Amino acid sequence: MKGNEVIAHAAIRYGVDGYFGYPITPQSEVLETLEELMPWETTGMVVLQAESEVASINMVYGGASTGKAVMTSSSSPGVSLMQEGLSYIAAGELPVLVVNVMRGGPGLGTIQPSQADYFQATKGGGHGDYHYIVLAPATVQEMADFVGLGFDLAFKYRTPAMLLADGIVGQMMEKVVLPPFRPRRTPEQIAEQCPWAVTGHAERRGHPNVLTTLELDSAKMEVNNERFQKTYREIEENEVRYEEYYTEDAEYLMVAFGSIARICLKAIEDARAQGLKIGLIRPITLWPFPTKVLREKAENLKGILTVELNAGQMIEDVRLAVEGKVPVYHYGRMGGIVPNPQEVLDAFYKDFPAAKI
Amino acid sequence: MKEEIIIAGFGGQGVLSMGKILAYAGLMNDLEVTWMPSYGPEQRGGTANVTVILSDKAISSPVLDTYDIAVVLNQQSLDKFESKVKPGGVLIYDSYGIHRAPERNDITVYRIDAMDACLEMKNSKIYNMIVLGALLKAKNMVPLDAVMAGLKKTLPERHHHLLPLNHEAITKGMSLVEV
Amino acid sequence: MTPEEIKRPENQVSSKPRLLNDNHMHYCPGCSHGVVHKLVAEVLDEMGLADNAIGVAPVGCAVFAYNYIDIDWIEAAHGRAPAVATAAKRLNPDTMVFTYQGDGDLAAIGTAETIHAANRGENITIIFINNAIYGMTGGQMAPTTLEGQKTATTPYGRRIDLNGYPIKISDLLAQLDGTCYVTRQSVQNAASVRKAKSAIRKAFENSMAGRGTSIVEVVSTCNTGWKMSPEKANVWMEENMFAKYPLGDLKDTTKK
Repeated sequence: MKGNEVIAHAAIRYGVDGYFGYPITPQSEVLETLEELMPWETTGMVVLQAESEVASINMVYGGASTGKAVMTSSSSPGVSLMQEGLSYIAAGELPVLVVNVMRGGPGLGTIQPSQADYFQATKGGGHGDYHYIVLAPATVQEMADFVGLGFDLAFKYRTPAMLLADGIVGQMMEKVVLPPFRPRRTPEQIAEQCPWAVTGHAERRGHPNVLTTLELDSAKMEVNNERFQKTYREIEENEVRYEEYYTEDAEYLMVAFGSIARICLKAIEDARAQGLKIGLIRPITLWPFPTKVLREKAENLKGILTVELNAGQMIEDVRLAVEGKVPVYHYGRMGGIVPNPQEVLDAFYKDFPAAKI
Repeated sequence: MKEEIIIAGFGGQGVLSMGKILAYAGLMNDLEVTWMPSYGPEQRGGTANVTVILSDKAISSPVLDTYDIAVVLNQQSLDKFESKVKPGGVLIYDSYGIHRAPERNDITVYRIDAMDACLEMKNSKIYNMIVLGALLKAKNMVPLDAVMAGLKKTLPERHHHLLPLNHEAITKGMSLVEV
Repeated sequence: MTPEEIKRPENQVSSKPRLLNDNHMHYCPGCSHGVVHKLVAEVLDEMGLADNAIGVAPVGCAVFAYNYIDIDWIEAAHGRAPAVATAAKRLNPDTMVFTYQGDGDLAAIGTAETIHAANRGENITIIFINNAIYGMTGGQMAPTTLEGQKTATTPYGRRIDLNGYPIKISDLLAQLDGTCYVTRQSVQNAASVRKAKSAIRKAFENSMAGRGTSIVEVVSTCNTGWKMSPEKANVWMEENMFAKYPLGDLKDTTKK
């Protein structure tokens, strides 16, 4: 199955209550697959093609306000349109899942793969101080798994989660084991799990629930902000995820996320075959970023190369992590070009000629 | 076992679906597989290609710079991928529309007249199955019954009556290659 | 009568609806919002919907609607209330879901969401306060501002050549197959208040019966924004607004 199709299957199986989206290449298969599977006939999941990404994200805001598990998916230009809504969702402390299958920008750009929305995804994107959890899948299997993981984390911390994929993992097919079916939560379970939810039942609850992001009293608004930040610190403490390959004896590291990490892995395997002691760190959560592990590894390294489909975005977080202890260089392709393993290796040797054996 | 394959041609020649069937066949044979298409407007009219990897171990990069096997179905694809076949690898090309034949002699080159065979069978839709047959004959990566199972999986049920025709086309394609 | 006698229940001729709480309203004296809030609160209670209703508040003067009516509310981003309500209703189909929006929210920044929610025939009610001005931000031009009307951004009066025409959005919405009931009401006197209330009731009944989208436009005053006394604002509305926005039902598919 294609990565995009897998998102649709995984959502139904997870017991998602609603999907609201607007078609855009290269991720339209998510909505297409959902419409084909007609989950409203089986699990009761609502699927709706909205009139725009602006409407989609606000439908997600409305649906999540009622305690339901709701999601949307889009690609870069569409996700730009969603930034206002994401800021509201973060401020409303709403658990939602947003899928961004990135394409090249800026502007209308290209429909080919890209990772140029790293800044937008990890640094907030909309107005105000906020973060959301960003998961970067490298395989079709992770496309399936991170739908559930994203929702689990979103509900655990009452914060949005983003599945930040690229066009490669969205469009490619490989072997995947779909998660088992879980029933959607009952209204009683929702009321218990989400006592804040705007379910409409003010009287049986004993008080109205109001979901608002407005607070004109500055003192109270600061308290709200402090609460958001406390949650973010907890997430940074508990939810960092990454994968490492060949790092035990590594003198050099590549750092890459998403499908590009796999291209790097192949380059690294080829380099290892030639005797080069090089490893790979693949951040799985881009926010929170695996700062600690990189800081520790930096002590014993001669150099780091970040490989990204952009002009150099994640490299800033890598440099912040290693605090100048080791040189960090960037190799990136833009505009939808995907480097192959040999090009990655060539770029590495260009930046670290001393590593050449 | 690991086979890294590129299949390239015009959009509409069934390049992507041929790759898909091969990938499913690998899946049916308990292999790890990736299927990575070029996507977008290229799907219609322009050139299209798909990278298929079959392996008995986990696959790292789905994007490659060199290939064990290249199947090229037009001149542009031949020009682009001939140099990217690994030494000792395999290149299969359809003679139809090719005005510059492959020149390398460190690889095994199979010329197939798949378009002619297709015209002979009077059905343009099975062109890619003829090519697939030729590919399987040139390199026996997966058994024919796994291919047929993969085909069954990718074809919607309403088209299952076409399975025998596809089987015939694959067999025809196999006859185009002398190993 | 002594004050004590006046306060006795048997002497009461009018009361605050049960769902309207004691929070001080931030609306200006003379504003139509307070009256419409009261009607919404009454209708919800009378229909037994107090424990089964979600209101969606807009950005604009009514942003704080959730502070006054004791039901569940969602505060939407500017213009997005119909999208928010769409999902709330689809995911909670047995619940009464309505939006409460001003002219800027509904007919300027949120035009797309309004039209598409209505065109899909979402089973929601849209209560639309049209006072031809932006009250919250200090009296700027609204999409419904009349020709020649002075506002903070049309200090010499709205000019058609510069600003285009006042939009009759309800007429537009009445053209859509998804709407079942589109009506234009006002609340400047007792008779109009009674009519507006039965319009809101009818709209809510439609939403609960799944008949499609209902729109209740209330042509309203903004005496502060208009820089008039409340009394004069009512007269100005009758003389100028009603000519452009005539009252009555624009569409009612429930009528046999």
